[in-house]
Amino acid sequence: MSLPLVVMLPFLGAIAAPLFAQGGRTAIAIASSVPALIALAALYPQWQVLADGGVVLFHQPWLPALGLSLSFRLDGLSLLFALLILIIGLLIILYSRYYLKPKENIAKFYALLLCFKGAMLGIVMSSNLLLMLIFWELTSLVSFLLIGFWTHKQDARRGARMALAVTGGGGLALLAGILIIGNIVGSFELDDVLAAGDQIKAHAMYPVVLTLVLLGAFTKSAQFPFHFWLPHAMQAPTPVSAYLHSATMVKAGIFLMARLYPALAGTEQWFYMVSFTGMATLLLGAYTAMLKHDLKGLLAYSTVSHLGLITLLFGMGTKLAAVAAVFHVINHATFKASLFMAAGIIDHETGTRDMRRINGLWRYMPHTATLAMVAASSMAGVPLLNGFLSKEMFFAESLDLNLPGLWAWLPPIIATLAGIFSVAYSVRFVHDVFFNGKPVDLPVFPPHEPPRYMKIPVEILVFACVMVGIFPAISVGPLLFAAASATLGGDVPDYHLTFAHGLNLPLLMSFVAFFGGLLMYSQRQRFFDFHARFKEIDEKAVFEAAVARVTEAANRLTARLENGSLQRYAMLLVLSVIVIAAAPLANLGLFIGANGLTPVDAPTGIAVAVLIIAAIMTAVMHRERFYALVLLSVVGLIVALGFARFSAPDLAMTQLSVEVVTIVLLMLALYYMPSWTPIESSSGRRLRDLLIALVAGGGMTLITLAMLTRPFSSISDFFLANSKPEGGGTNVVNVILVDFRGFDTLGEITVLAIAALGIYAMLKNTALTPPPGDGQGHPWTRDTHPMMLRQIARPMLPLALMVSVYIFLRGHNLPGGGFIAGLVTSVALILQYVASGMDWTEDRIPFKYHNMIGLGLLFAVIAGAGSLAFSYPFLTSTFGHIHWPFVGEFELASAMIFDLGVYLTVIGATLLALVSIGRLSPHSAIKPGPEAN
Amino acid sequence: MELVFALAIGTLTASGVYLLLRARTFPVVVGLTLLSYGVNLFLFSTGRLATGAQPIIGSTESYTDPLPQALVLTAIVIGFAMTAFVVVLSLRSLADHDDDHVNGDQSSSEPDSAAPEKREGHDQ
Repeated sequence: MSLPLVVMLPFLGAIAAPLFAQGGRTAIAIASSVPALIALAALYPQWQVLADGGVVLFHQPWLPALGLSLSFRLDGLSLLFALLILIIGLLIILYSRYYLKPKENIAKFYALLLCFKGAMLGIVMSSNLLLMLIFWELTSLVSFLLIGFWTHKQDARRGARMALAVTGGGGLALLAGILIIGNIVGSFELDDVLAAGDQIKAHAMYPVVLTLVLLGAFTKSAQFPFHFWLPHAMQAPTPVSAYLHSATMVKAGIFLMARLYPALAGTEQWFYMVSFTGMATLLLGAYTAMLKHDLKGLLAYSTVSHLGLITLLFGMGTKLAAVAAVFHVINHATFKASLFMAAGIIDHETGTRDMRRINGLWRYMPHTATLAMVAASSMAGVPLLNGFLSKEMFFAESLDLNLPGLWAWLPPIIATLAGIFSVAYSVRFVHDVFFNGKPVDLPVFPPHEPPRYMKIPVEILVFACVMVGIFPAISVGPLLFAAASATLGGDVPDYHLTFAHGLNLPLLMSFVAFFGGLLMYSQRQRFFDFHARFKEIDEKAVFEAAVARVTEAANRLTARLENGSLQRYAMLLVLSVIVIAAAPLANLGLFIGANGLTPVDAPTGIAVAVLIIAAIMTAVMHRERFYALVLLSVVGLIVALGFARFSAPDLAMTQLSVEVVTIVLLMLALYYMPSWTPIESSSGRRLRDLLIALVAGGGMTLITLAMLTRPFSSISDFFLANSKPEGGGTNVVNVILVDFRGFDTLGEITVLAIAALGIYAMLKNTALTPPPGDGQGHPWTRDTHPMMLRQIARPMLPLALMVSVYIFLRGHNLPGGGFIAGLVTSVALILQYVASGMDWTEDRIPFKYHNMIGLGLLFAVIAGAGSLAFSYPFLTSTFGHIHWPFVGEFELASAMIFDLGVYLTVIGATLLALVSIGRLSPHSAIKPGPEAN
Repeated sequence: MELVFALAIGTLTASGVYLLLRARTFPVVVGLTLLSYGVNLFLFSTGRLATGAQPIIGSTESYTDPLPQALVLTAIVIGFAMTAFVVVLSLRSLADHDDDHVNGDQSSSEPDSAAPEKREGHDQ
């Protein structure tokens, strides 16, 4: 259980920490440190298992159908990364406390930092590739917010956007790669994937998988040619750079390569893709770092270069190289994070990061200078420091690569060359900043040593550099062994961790690099002049231009598709339906299936003929809206008759009552609308629409014909067989609605309720003045509520209510039920509104329709939840028979309570809709709303 | 029987689609209603056309498929709710724009063609 806890803690902390903002910056810094401290305490007991190459697993299914599970895994590799994330995270929190200015929103900063920490821990501890990807994307998102933390700076926003675009794009590639892996292996669980390495490598899709996964890793870890985002991300506050861009996030790609090493590595494709990318990045980063005048720019490119080095080591494919890579991850994180923090201190104290202005700081801050010099020496690979050890291993590995012929010289030469650059920029960092004359025109002068506590994180990291450099076997030996063992799948080669290996070729390469670097630094002016001959490419401008081009193209495409004309969308919708349906239909071949046609009887034929004529006439006469409406009602009535004709009495009753309500609704709407539709479309356009309509209608005819004449099998035998014994009703349709598929019905009445409330909300405070007459010069009649209608309508109400109760009660066994009864009641009530007017009816109705809808839904849910009380699933129904005096045997099913809910919701929704429309007119409003127009 | 039933559905669809493509709200609502009749009949017919076989246990010898009927029953009611919603949407649009063109605030002039150019500035 402790594994998910470790991942969750920072997220909880992100929520909790800002609550301490009132207590000041120290309080919130302490609160933000708590999650990491608990997490470290939770990880400590696991160490004994991991030291021997063991694994701690946690598994909890999440979405098994998708292969996604909440499974976490702690082995040497994830422990190593988790420790880096947690410990450096703690130091960063302490450092940020002093780095951020008092007016800055430190609560937000810490919350984001903690979110990031949780996401990073999620990546390294996930044991499910999909879960890992979720955390992977989360780091991209949070890093976007952190890079752009200073939202007022344009450069920060742009840098953040670029980082998000590049790493997010890589994340998509990684998603694709992971999906293919899951497809090959049949599981996204890491254990299965790692065990299926041979299967993946032998698969035809292996090159695709490898490319996609590496795209994800390379973008995240700023490998050439995607390295450009990292230097621009340096617009972030320095603690972010130290944490994300040296110690953790950029290592996520490296981690991915290490994690999937057993599954993907060891092939030629892996070797060429990874090692050459690493080589290019190593050299390019080192070369560019030398040119940067910005302190953080230098460190950024140096980071790019070191990431290239680690990638190259993984690419070499030998086991020792992988060990060296893991080792360098630790070393780089320690010395680079401390250098970033030192750079932050210098920036903080001098107000600039330009190395041409910052000179001779030794006199002002000797303590910081000492720390930075040790860390920089480690970066340069000076003996007795940790950077030296992994660099020696790297040199040794570069000599051992078995490349054909002269190619064998390439890796050692590139390694030495990168070493020379690395020494040169390290020397530059030290000499330019702390010596080399006097400061030039500093914004803050004279600079001071920073607050005491701001230096503590740097001191701890530098101390670690020295300890690892002198006593590697004691300080990191066991951790490195556990991590290497987890990376390589248990098979760790022999290696010696000691501060010096004696005189050998790698040491010679180190000497060459060291003196070459010093020489290069002394000749740096020539080097700058040499570089100045080339045209500088501003990646940000190129990137922004590309983004602008893409955005513009997208806008143009959108404007072409989405021009604001609803009419056009409707046309496109219908057209696409036709196009999509066309291909499968064409494959159908014969449209009259095996069952053939049955003869038509005369009444049915006549009714269908009327329906067809009425439907066509509705379209033809649509300009005369009133006539169109009358014709529409003819269609609706025949549809209802059709249901009755083809053995669906429930449908016939529903259709009939809905028909009444619909026509009343449309009549009511027509009262406010022009009664005549003007001719607007050109004849060409009408012809086009006619063609589309004919194709759609023809298609539907053919599909229906094809379907009706083919044999079919239905799942309904179950419902027919179980309706009586299980549901306690003989009307199968009703039993399906309220019992078998009750949950669907609950959803449907909810939709109904939402629609009615939406109507109410949409019309609230809207007023529409109806036209003065019917559009043909006739004024409305003055007798709005004719007496005869009134006199007939009133006695109808109790009668209709009684009928609806009857229909409701018998619904379980005979045609009827909540829907139909509700509609009948609605019609009866609507009749009262029509006959006697809004005010008269409102005065006599003691409830609000909103409440009725709510009550109905409540009944339905209670009926469903009732079964939970008897520990049956939601909406399980029961029934029994009771004997009523005088009435006799009477069946009562719990589903009737549900049906009652349906009944009330239908009434409420129908009437709320109609009354809302009725109240639109200022004349009938009880409280006249503000006049429109 | 199947042929006339299919023809009825086809006619309802064709009339409905034609009205759906009109420029004013009321014909569109009427078109949607016709279309939903067609769709309901189609869904209903997936259980095939049976005479005198209502799915009420004990009332006849054989029963037709009750499942499409249950689906269509709710479809009819929800179809009504949606019709009401669209009607109200068009009323609201009429109240807000003093015009019942489906394209809302676009002027009621002919939107036949060349619309994209007119609307370009809207997206920015």
